[in-house]
Amino acid sequence: MTNALMNSLIPERNPNVPELEPGDTVRVHQRIREGRNERIQVFQGVVIAIRGGRTAGASYTVRRTGADGVGVERTFPLYSKTVEKVEVLRKAKVRRAKLYYLRERQGKAARLKERRVVKR
Amino acid sequence: MKGILGRKVGMTQLFDEQGNVVPVTVIQAGPCYVTQIKTKETDGYNAVQIGFEEVPERKLTRGELGHLKRANVPPLRHLQEIRLGDQEEPPWTLGQQIRADIFSEGERVDVIGRSKGRGFAGAVKRHGFRGGPKTHGQSDRWRAPGSRGAGTTPGHTFPGTKGPGRMGNKRVTVLNLEVVLVDPERNLLAVKGAVPGPRTGLVFIRSARKGPRKYKARG
Repeated sequence: MTNALMNSLIPERNPNVPELEPGDTVRVHQRIREGRNERIQVFQGVVIAIRGGRTAGASYTVRRTGADGVGVERTFPLYSKTVEKVEVLRKAKVRRAKLYYLRERQGKAARLKERRVVKR
Repeated sequence: MKGILGRKVGMTQLFDEQGNVVPVTVIQAGPCYVTQIKTKETDGYNAVQIGFEEVPERKLTRGELGHLKRANVPPLRHLQEIRLGDQEEPPWTLGQQIRADIFSEGERVDVIGRSKGRGFAGAVKRHGFRGGPKTHGQSDRWRAPGSRGAGTTPGHTFPGTKGPGRMGNKRVTVLNLEVVLVDPERNLLAVKGAVPGPRTGLVFIRSARKGPRKYKARG
């Protein structure tokens, strides 16, 4: 009973956030509020970790390489209201759930092999 | 003053309008029933007594059943008195059902529960002592409480000296928690932050008595 009650409080999933898998290259569109203005900020990178399973606190971490080869990682709550939508640009063949090894790699070594998926 | 009894369901997180994560404790609050109204004339002070959690009749003594029968309410496991001021009118009538919707979102409440029992705990866990050094040839000193006081003078440990002992399983009050969510249909309440006790532990929720802390302006 307890679990059913708790699960009922997990927010509904944003329909614009598809199922994500580690290795996906994604564009995360997030609403940013600056004073009175609101704008959309896009963060594009590779999903290197998904945490929290089916809990309300589930999140995913996106890594991209910024200027000067500096790695930038952002973690978004899966049920965040500020994330407008997530586009999956590319899926990759990966052999583990957490791609933390990408942090130690640069350039060619940090490539992931693309996995073609049949669109539904 | 209003209040309700409930059971802690567990903790989770919700989002506010700005999209910020809010940690909340979910409480199954009520339904409760008003079991007795005490007045200055009959009892010497004003109060309402509420009861929570229906149980089979055989779980209660005849005396308890008789008491509840006066209010014409089902057999209830837990009773709680809410003290009212001398001039204060009782917020409810005898036998009335109280639901979680007596509170509204944004309101401040105090939550009273019984903390988890930790058994006979050492001074490090119980009082946050630092323990002893872990290196430099030390043995068996890493969670030791250290000195209990001076020597021959005064010749005894002062009363109230912090040391190991029974920890937890005590009544704990958390003040001024914000009510984040009210679900009147399922009698659910979500308050911001943690609440004493284990999941399924009994908690009493009342409107905040003290209000937010007032800081003195510094001269």
